[in-house]
Order: sequence, then C-alpha cells, then structure tokens
Amino acid sequence: MSVLIFVELDNGTIKKTSQEAIFYGAQIAKMQHSSATVLAIGTATEEELETSGKFGAKNVLYVSDEKLQHENSLAYADVLAQATAIIDAKVIVMAKSGLGDAVAARAAAKLKASVVSGVTELPDMTDGFKVTRSIYTGKAFATVDVKSDIKILAIKKNAIEVVEEGLPAPVEDFNPALRDSDFAATVKSVEKASSELSLTEADIIVSGGRGMKGPEHWDPLISLARELGAATGCSKPVSDLDWRPHHEHIGQTGIKVAPNLYIACGISGAIQHLAGVNGSKCIVVINKDPEAPFFKAADYGIVGDVFDVLPRLTKAIEATK
Amino acid sequence: MKILVCITNVPDTTAKISFTDNDTKFNKNGVQYIIGPYDDYALARGVELKEKHGGTLTVLNVGESDSDPQIRKALAIGADDAIRINTEPTDSYFVAAQIAHIARQNSYDLILMGRESIDFNSGVVHGLVGEMLGIPSYSPVMKLDITDNKAEFAREIDGGKEYLEAPLPLVLGCQEPIAEWKIPNMRGIMTARSKPLQVLDPVAMDDMVVLEKYTLPAPKGACRMIPVEEAESLIGLLKSEAKVL
Repeated sequence: MSVLIFVELDNGTIKKTSQEAIFYGAQIAKMQHSSATVLAIGTATEEELETSGKFGAKNVLYVSDEKLQHENSLAYADVLAQATAIIDAKVIVMAKSGLGDAVAARAAAKLKASVVSGVTELPDMTDGFKVTRSIYTGKAFATVDVKSDIKILAIKKNAIEVVEEGLPAPVEDFNPALRDSDFAATVKSVEKASSELSLTEADIIVSGGRGMKGPEHWDPLISLARELGAATGCSKPVSDLDWRPHHEHIGQTGIKVAPNLYIACGISGAIQHLAGVNGSKCIVVINKDPEAPFFKAADYGIVGDVFDVLPRLTKAIEATK
Repeated sequence: MKILVCITNVPDTTAKISFTDNDTKFNKNGVQYIIGPYDDYALARGVELKEKHGGTLTVLNVGESDSDPQIRKALAIGADDAIRINTEPTDSYFVAAQIAHIARQNSYDLILMGRESIDFNSGVVHGLVGEMLGIPSYSPVMKLDITDNKAEFAREIDGGKEYLEAPLPLVLGCQEPIAEWKIPNMRGIMTARSKPLQVLDPVAMDDMVVLEKYTLPAPKGACRMIPVEEAESLIGLLKSEAKVL
C-alpha cells in the first residue's frame, strides 16, 4: 500500500500546484505509515525532479518518452494506471486542473476508483476515509467518506500550506507500455502565449472589468501586473466584447482562480464572477461605484477611478524596490 | 449522425446555497433550477451540428423528476427525444456509469456535455464515460466541426488553445464559445410537449463515496476601505498586514 502523486511539469519545473499535491500525498503516506511516490511525465532535469523529496516524496518515477512530450491525458492516464499497479497505490493525488481532471477521470475508470475533486483538507482516517472538498464553485464544502479501494484526490490550489522538510528524492526511469488508441488524435496547431504567466498558477492576478472602458485602456492594468509579477485576467463581459482573449475570462463559466492576491479593477462583482475568485486569499477591489457588490467580498477596497489609482499603485510598488 | 447530449439539472448561478436535515441535504426551497450552463453550450452546438449534418439528437439526464422542466426545455431547443435515468446524481462515477450504460446500447457518434456541472464542479464525467466506452474524451472544447466522420476541435489549455483532429466516436466536455446559448421559440415549446421522454431505472452500483455533511464557508470579515487620496498605503498593508506581497 502506498501513495502515488501525479505531477505536472511546466517548462522543466514541477508546477507549484503539483508541489502542493506532493506535500498532501506525503502527509497521507505519513499517516498511513506508507510511502509517497511521484510520477512525472515530460521533460525535467534530475535535479528538478529530486526536489519532490523536499515535499515528502520517497522516490520519483520519471517518464521521458518522446511520444509523451505533448500533453496527452489519455496516455497519461494509462501510464498512471500502470504505475498504480506497480507500486500498489491505494491513494492517488494530483492538483485540480484541466489536465488533472482529465487524467483523474480516465484513470478512475481504469482502476474502478472514486474521484474526489477540489479537496481542501487532509483526510480524517480515524473512521473511514473522510475528505472535505469544495462544491458549488466555492460557495460550500462537502465532507465525504470514500469507500472505494483506490481513491483519487484532486487538490484545490492554495488550500494546503506546504512545509519543505525532506531530502532530495531518487529518480528512476519508468518505461510504460503505450497504446496506439491513445494517440488517435492529431494536434494541428497550438496557440500559446509562452511568455504569459498562467492564471491558474499565478500568485497574484490583476483583473479588469467593463470599468476599464475599452481594450485600448488596458496599459495601466498591464503595467501594474508587470510591476507585481502578476498574471492578467478579466470579467465575462470584457471577454464577450473581445476586449481581452477568452482564456483570461475568470468566473463561473471561465477560469476559477485561487491566487494569494486578486486585484479587481473596474469589476462590479456579479455573483458569477465572484464564483471564480472566491478561493483567493486576499481580494482588493478598485471601483468608482461605492455600491459595487464586489466590495462585500473584498478584503481591501478603494472607491476611485481606476485610471487614477492604478498608475499610483504601480509607482508606489516601484518606490519600495 | 447520432448525437447524445448529457445535461445536468443545477441551481441557477445566482442561487443562495443552504442546507437542511442537519446539513446533509441541499435546500431546494426557493431555488431556481436551470440546465447546467456548460451543458447548455454543448446542447446548442449539438443542435447546430444536427441541423447541418442531419441525424438525431438525444438528450440524457441523470436525475429525479424535478429535472423534467429542464429536459423539456432541451427538447424545445431542438433535441429529438430524451432519456432520464430516475435517480439522484450522487457521484461522478455513478453518473458516468449510467451514461455509459445508455451509450453502449445506442452507439452514438458524438457524446457532448458541459466541461463540469456547476454544483459539484468535478469535471470528470466526460473522461469517465470515454474510458468506460473505450473511446477518446477531450475537455474543455471551445470549437467543434464535423467533416467526413472526423471532428476538428479546439481545446483550451493553460494560457492558450490547441487545435485537434480525431475520428468519431468521441466524448467532449464543452464550454463557451463553442456556440451561443439557444432560447426556445414558441413552436419549439409546443412540439417539445409531444416529443418522447423515456424514464429508466438506474443500473445498481455500490456506493463509492458517501456524503457525511455539507458546510458553508466562514463569513468574510468586513472590507477595509482605503480613502482614494491614500491609495498608495494599500501596498504597505498588503505587505505587512495581509502578507501577500
């Protein structure tokens, strides 16, 4: 019996959300007096993979197959199922993400495992296996008792406080069997702004709404984001109007984010938008309308014109550097 | 072409969430129910593809009789017939097993649904169904066209889009802007009444996940307002007080 953690690699590094997953999985292994193994697929140096140990992993299985360099959830799930059988894992942990969901789902059906998605706390294993997860887009939580023999847990970003404590973990190559049927789709092209910080991984997000008045007025927001090392997002009306690309849309039907700091500029705070940001640790709202509902969900608020406030904030940060 | 669109019956996005029965049941009192917004996109694209290529579109819901108004709406929007698996949709695996059971008897070319339900947000049912049927699944799909038994589609990836081509059959989890939501017209609403809605019993399964209790988040503290003339002081507060910078 052991714990297997599926990690995501981004430009050769283990994603922060995956580090949280490793730590979560290692904590379960500790409680169960078993061990935690990391499964990494893609490209990363041995040195980078060894850092899994800092978060509590005992060892790393590394799959560097040429055919798996491109994100392929079907094949990744197959590899995960094979690794599960080899180490006899009963608990599988990963970060909740687009790829995580897809891999968890396909692996679950192969392994007859249950999936608990959006997990926010470590399990209570005193009587059963009880975990708490986020539901209703962050508006509530459900505590469930997981009965299946194999359990897959997808961990919500920023829910678990990571402590670095372990030593580098040894890395071994893993060469799984691949099935042709997992490669039936052809990738025609990929549109990706590689320099952009991913919204789901970003620690800080600066987001704009209709109060920004038009796509040509986005510079003050982008300057602030750059100064903070933040990703940029937007509300649904803004992406509907094509002021900003769809992949920046944050909300109920867009991306759900959980940064440490979310700065909303000229966003009134419709309930659908709030549903996408309620996992944020700290919310700042800047809006000229003091009645904007977003202030009720905020930690800090400034009633003022974004075009006055944003440049001043950018300067204030510059001054502290 | 045979299309199956799976829809969820979920509380409206603006619904106030509360619980009853010692925090073990969702309080449906006064809550407006809708077709899941992502499922609604899947349905809209399904209807467009059926109109373009011909064939049939079946709508499937795993749910109790309170789903019927939403199923009738889907029929009014353009589905030809409907199936409801009469049971409470308690867990993703259970729901997926019900969908897969129906799909095995009907060999659909395309199974569409939303990327996730907006009540439990797991986003795994399409993947589970795909694997159960042994066919590929992709999500979230933002663009979809069918030519010569092949699907050309765009999928959202971290910070961008990926364009793919794959042979049918496929299971796809959909999201905007795959299509515009459709509003049923009067003729649709009239014809929907006479379209077949089959109610079937679920396939029995052992419980994999059992609910213990629901909880609501702790109430948020009051927002600290900073006078606009002192806007710069926000940076200091974020550093020393909130400790997020």
